[in-house]
Amino acid sequence: MEQQREAGTLGMWIFLVTEIMFFGGMFLAYALYRTQYPAAFASGSNHLDIYLGAVNTGVLILSSFTMAMAVYFTQVGNRRPQIFCLVLTLLLGLTFLGIKAVEYHQKYEDHLIPGHLIPGNPFDPEVQEEGRPLDHHKLHLLTGATVAQVEMFYWIYFAMTGMHALHMIIGAGLLTFLLIYSLKGRFDPEYHSPVEVIGLYWHFVDIVWIFLFPLLYLLGRHYH
Amino acid sequence: MSEHIVPVRVYITIFAVLLIGTALTVVAAFVDFPWRFNTIVALTIATIKATFVVLYFMHVRYSTRLIWVIFAAALFWMAILFALTFSDYQTRKWDRDRTSGFVILY
Repeated sequence: MEQQREAGTLGMWIFLVTEIMFFGGMFLAYALYRTQYPAAFASGSNHLDIYLGAVNTGVLILSSFTMAMAVYFTQVGNRRPQIFCLVLTLLLGLTFLGIKAVEYHQKYEDHLIPGHLIPGNPFDPEVQEEGRPLDHHKLHLLTGATVAQVEMFYWIYFAMTGMHALHMIIGAGLLTFLLIYSLKGRFDPEYHSPVEVIGLYWHFVDIVWIFLFPLLYLLGRHYH
Repeated sequence: MSEHIVPVRVYITIFAVLLIGTALTVVAAFVDFPWRFNTIVALTIATIKATFVVLYFMHVRYSTRLIWVIFAAALFWMAILFALTFSDYQTRKWDRDRTSGFVILY
C-alpha cells in the first residue's frame, strides 16, 4: 500500500516536471521579449489592474492553504472538515476565475485584446497624450515604447494567464471529482492518493501564479 | 517510510509567510531601486514563496530522495533553457541595434 501511494505521488511529480517545462517555455518567451522591449513591457504592465491582481494572488494562496488542510484532514480521517476544505478550495478557485474574467473584460473594453482574437475588436488602444487629463482607459506609453511592442506584451500576458486559467478550470473539475468521491466516503487515512496528488497539482498552479503576478503586474510600477 | 503528516501550525505559518511575501512584493514594486534590483527583488520574493509551497504544502521536505531528484532535474532543465538561450541572444549584435535599451531590464 505504501509503495502504491509513493508510485502515485511520483507519477504526479513527473507530470509536474513536464508542466514546468511547458510553462518554462512561456517564461522564456516573456524574458526574451522583455529584454528587447523593456519600456513597452513596463507600459503594458502598468495598465493592468494591480488591485485585482494582488487580491487574486491572496485568493489563490488561501485556496492553496485550504487544499493543504483538505489533505491533512483526509490523512487524519476527519471527513467533515475535509469536505468543508474541498468546498472552500473549489469556491476560491472559482473566485479567482471570476476576478480574472472581470480583468479580461476590462482589457476587452480598452481594445487591448491582441491581434484579431476577438473579431471586430482588434488591438487598438487609445494612447494617453502628454498634458491631457489622465484617463485610466488610455494606454500610457513610457519613453521608447510603441503600441506594436505593447501588443507583444499583451500576447504574452494573455497566453500565460490564459494557460494558467485553463489549468485552474481543469483543477476546479478535479476538485469537483474529489468532492463527489469524498461525499461517497471513498477516501480514508489508508487510501487517499487522489486527494494528495490533485493537491500537488493545485499547489503547482499556485506557484505559477506566484511568479506571474510580479512579472506581469508589477514590473513597471516604480516609474511614476 | 510511512506517510508524514504535516502539523496544522506548519500550514498556518506557511500561509502567513506567503501573504506577507505578497504584500512585500507589492510594496517593493513601487520603490525605485537602482539598476535592475526591482526585478531581482521581485524574483527573489517569488522564489522564496515558491520554495515554501514546494517544501511544505507539497510535502517535498518530507518526501523520498527520488522526488527531490526529479524536482531538481526540472530546475536544472530550466537553467539550461534560460542559460543557453540568453547566452545566444545577449551575444548577437544585430539584436542590440534594433532597440535602444536592449540590456536594460525594467
